[in-house]
Amino acid sequence: MTEILASPSDARDHARAMAGRVVEAMPVLPPVADDLPPGVAASHLLWEETVAAGGYATRRLPRGARLRLIDLAGDACASILLFNADMPTERLNVADTVKVQWNAYLGEGKLLLSDMGRVLMSILEDGAGTHDTFCGTSNAVTNAAKYGSGANSGPYPNGRDRFLLGAAKHGLQRRDVHPCINLFKGAKIEAGGAITPLVGPFPAGRSVLLRAEMEVIMVVANCPHVLDPRDAYTVTPLRATAWRGPVTGEDDPIRNATPEGLRAFLNVEDYYR
Amino acid sequence: MSIDPHLAGLSGPVVHDVIVPARAPWLHHIAAGQTLRIVDLEGNQAVDFLLYAAADDAERYSAQDTVSAQGNLFLREGTVLRSNEGRPMMTIAATSVEYHDTIGGACSCESNTLRYGHHTKAEHACVENFLEANLREGRGKRDIVSNINFFMNVPVEEDGSLGIVDGISAPGLTVDLKAEMDVIVVVSNCPQMNNPCNGFNPTSVRMIVAA
Repeated sequence: MTEILASPSDARDHARAMAGRVVEAMPVLPPVADDLPPGVAASHLLWEETVAAGGYATRRLPRGARLRLIDLAGDACASILLFNADMPTERLNVADTVKVQWNAYLGEGKLLLSDMGRVLMSILEDGAGTHDTFCGTSNAVTNAAKYGSGANSGPYPNGRDRFLLGAAKHGLQRRDVHPCINLFKGAKIEAGGAITPLVGPFPAGRSVLLRAEMEVIMVVANCPHVLDPRDAYTVTPLRATAWRGPVTGEDDPIRNATPEGLRAFLNVEDYYR
Repeated sequence: MSIDPHLAGLSGPVVHDVIVPARAPWLHHIAAGQTLRIVDLEGNQAVDFLLYAAADDAERYSAQDTVSAQGNLFLREGTVLRSNEGRPMMTIAATSVEYHDTIGGACSCESNTLRYGHHTKAEHACVENFLEANLREGRGKRDIVSNINFFMNVPVEEDGSLGIVDGISAPGLTVDLKAEMDVIVVVSNCPQMNNPCNGFNPTSVRMIVAA
């Protein structure tokens, strides 16, 4: 191999010969999705990417965008950070998200609230039902203890280090990586506060549909849930598809579902006034 | 000389001892091995609490790492308060209150507008205290993360319902925190008046550090 790549032109030809290769975990550019919902034009598609098992991805999404996440094989864990794209000091506040909505469990109609009293994203559809607002993600210490290693460069990357890379690509730093939510993997709270992880494996193809209520930066890490009891590093690819959509209107049922949520939308609408 | 009951059981000499007034912030550096005792002087006072590693304040308290590590939402005697990098920062060495909260977060002017209405926007809030204290040392809004609420009660019911309910603390009850590394403690003595986190009546607390 080294012999035939001894010249720059040979190296160039070798590199260029890879073009067009298709693997499971990759972005599709320009985005193509043959399973868009009825009424969504292909020209509205913003993003099509399959996030590797143990991988991460990040995306800036415009206000009104829909983001569909699909747990392709039943063992994805979508750990998510959210920032106001124009002012990333504003970000997802998990404590406010559960406290303001008086409930710990995410599902259809729930809002993901910022620390500035605004709604970053809302959950339009939930085909999973097992989500987690409490456990956060793995870190180098937990992965080293469980799998022997957790380095980004190794076979068992941890969620926090994936977040650091994703956030850094928007100019953000260690102090910007904040508490996250986990979609597709759940945490049931028992009497006395005990946490029972709900990690499946689940049926393949479960999906969640989110709507960006602000201009957001989303970082998603797809690493095993930190309380996954299985010995092996168990995680499968996650598919992300996003398309342009209308900004939430005044008659939207999710906007008007609760007085707390309505005020969060009023605060967003005021921010963009 | 009368004996101060709030000092009972502390193993070393007292190196710091202040009363934090109702609604006020407090910031203090505590060395590894020292113990911080928080005294709920009048009862049912939420003490909102953040923690940073003195050597590198980008490492800080993580509610999620703490509850994951112990598999339980409530902070009790023996709970290790963990950083966002999974390291022990402080340990709850003793507490006369059964458990403490770390899921309810801190009140802010902004979240108050959601919870109670826009008429509460001008009320003082814990995030204001966290910012005021942290700004003195160069930390800002990016450094505010999910916190601990000592003496506060946030049960989670079968269907996931949760909320701040009447406290389980009482006058003179305490929590003792042993520092496992050099830390910076930032406290907001919660000024909230719209929920039972402090009995609708913010009161003072006492902070005692023993070597």
